[in-house]
Amino acid sequence: MFELSPFYQELLTSLNRGLLMSIALIIPSAIGGVLIGIIAGSLRTFGDPVVKAIGDTYAAIFRGTPLVIQLFILYFGLPNIGIYLSPYVAAVVGFTLCSGAYQSEYVRGALLSIKSGQYLGAQALGFTTLQVIFWIIVPQAVRRAIHGCGNEIIYLIKYSSLAFIVTCVELTGEGKTIATEYFRFTEVFTILGLYYLGLVSLAMVILKKIEQRLYVPGFGHN
Amino acid sequence: MPHALSVVFDSLPYLLQGSFLTIGIVVAAMCLGLVLGICMAVGLVYGNRFVKYLLTAYVWIFRGVPVVVLLFLFYFGLFNFLDLQFSAFTAVTIVLGMTTGAYQANIFRGAILSLPKGQFNAAIGLGMSELQAIKNIVLPQILRMSIPAWSNEYSIILKDSALAFVIGAPEIMARTQFVASRTYQHLSLYITAGIIYFLLTWAGVIALRRLERHLRIPGYSHQGNQ
Amino acid sequence: MMTETDQILRVTDISKSFGGNTILNAVSVKLAKGEIKVLIGPSGGGKSTLLQCINCLVVPDAGAIELENETIDFRRKQDLYRLRQQVGMIFQDFNLFDHLTALDNITIALRRVKKMDKNQARQRARLELDQVGLGDKEALYPAQLSGGQKQRLAIARALAMDPKILLLDEPTSALDPTLIGEVIAVIKGLAVKGMTMIMATHQISLIYNLADEILFMENGRIVEQGPPAALLAAGNTSRSQGFCDRLNELAEVDG
Repeated sequence: MFELSPFYQELLTSLNRGLLMSIALIIPSAIGGVLIGIIAGSLRTFGDPVVKAIGDTYAAIFRGTPLVIQLFILYFGLPNIGIYLSPYVAAVVGFTLCSGAYQSEYVRGALLSIKSGQYLGAQALGFTTLQVIFWIIVPQAVRRAIHGCGNEIIYLIKYSSLAFIVTCVELTGEGKTIATEYFRFTEVFTILGLYYLGLVSLAMVILKKIEQRLYVPGFGHN
Repeated sequence: MPHALSVVFDSLPYLLQGSFLTIGIVVAAMCLGLVLGICMAVGLVYGNRFVKYLLTAYVWIFRGVPVVVLLFLFYFGLFNFLDLQFSAFTAVTIVLGMTTGAYQANIFRGAILSLPKGQFNAAIGLGMSELQAIKNIVLPQILRMSIPAWSNEYSIILKDSALAFVIGAPEIMARTQFVASRTYQHLSLYITAGIIYFLLTWAGVIALRRLERHLRIPGYSHQGNQ
Repeated sequence: MMTETDQILRVTDISKSFGGNTILNAVSVKLAKGEIKVLIGPSGGGKSTLLQCINCLVVPDAGAIELENETIDFRRKQDLYRLRQQVGMIFQDFNLFDHLTALDNITIALRRVKKMDKNQARQRARLELDQVGLGDKEALYPAQLSGGQKQRLAIARALAMDPKILLLDEPTSALDPTLIGEVIAVIKGLAVKGMTMIMATHQISLIYNLADEILFMENGRIVEQGPPAALLAAGNTSRSQGFCDRLNELAEVDG
């Protein structure tokens, strides 16, 4: 019977625990990011100049600074003004805000790519504004945005590895602990890399399935 | 002046010095990534099945594994294992270069594929060798096409370079952390670092946009045979 | 002479300006059931805006629109929605819903606006597709149709709503010359069935053969109007005559 050495047993137990933590970070952040992206993206497209400016500034700031700085500000910086976030909350808030900024970019691009004729065509048939949005704009925007938004979630999976820096011990954090303890960096980080490859590849397959499902001629991404 | 601000002012020169290293990492990584990306793109399009297979695996790995994990793996693991005495700076540059190389390979691959086949054939038809055709006809065109994607890569690499502090390269982020851990002025210092990165990001993006506009009036310069 | 009761649509003195530019200047049009009016004139003359005002895709600044003796209150959204349901619109560039199949392009308004059930809507849509010769194309998306097929689909989509009036805004202008014929045939078929229409077009055959009345528009006004027989009679020096002569010359050069 094939038996793992104690080192590998401990490594896999830790990594599996870390994997759960990573997933617990990724899922709410991905959902929150998409929601913020939809709201911010819509406001940046259709809002009045002031709202637009606020949305654009939000996106520019979070896209223009490293995520790790954003996390440090949330976790180490905010206590300076009396706001204390737990490592997990700081990580999720940071991931959500950063991801939302990128998502808003894809949502905005998708909304802008819808031709004005689509509104006209629907209005001419007697659609109400709400019906135009629900039956024409949303289905088209989703198809235009899905590739970018999906890829952003894949980025998020990778960047969830930064949570350990604010002491939220997920996959990378668990791996680093074991590697340092046993001084076996190459093995640990190779296996850790495989975990991420698995997560990312799984997300890619799901994304591709969804894209195929939603595919309509004339809406493919290049 | 509030303590937080005076700390920022005192440490600003020290932080800004870090931006030289940051820019050094980014430029070196981009160049490495450019060379890797072009070579791999050519291999991905024109190579045989084995080459394509290998390169696809490379791209898959470097696009699927987080930069932090790659930094740990290379700096603490592989480089040690291979007995390579790289500085943190060199290690970061190599890892980021290899990562952006994977992305750039895809960018250039797309650009090559979007190039009308006639361009390559016309060059061959004029008696150029395949290598000459790639160098003189294909490359100048795909480089131009790739500039917008390049500005995106620049912005990503710049932000990823902030992760160099995990292996101790003294760039902006590491210096900020160093000062913050001694003065406890985390908020103001990290905001300052954020502003520096913000300015560097958009300065680079705007510069690349300029370059794109500058090159838009195309006189495909023929570099001649050496 | 047509009596007041024959009139299905009365457009009175409507005006529209965009940013200080007057596009329509107190234009009036009366339309009787089964009547076909053709708008001609130089581009920028206001034809397209007039058509879009008639079903309130562009809400007029002033004037009145009466459909079957009911005045539309421009401030009431419900009035606008109801008007648009009853007045069909065909656009130069089709404006088909790119994410829906040919069949669903037709059913969506039947189901969402007219609240028909799915099967009923499909049945009706198939009927309309057959009418315009697209019976075998129901599963295709707009991106998979030719220009002529797209325009025929757009016509089927509008007809499925049982419009009282059909507005056509240069329905053949965006088409490849070889595809114009199939769309003209469908429009002529509508005329035979007695469809009430206002059409902006540069197609000589539509102007000569279908128009009960020609309206020549320029600078936001109707500067000339009358039956083709009168306006386009040989030796006539009307603006319409000159305009159609030029169209004819162009058509010959093209041919």
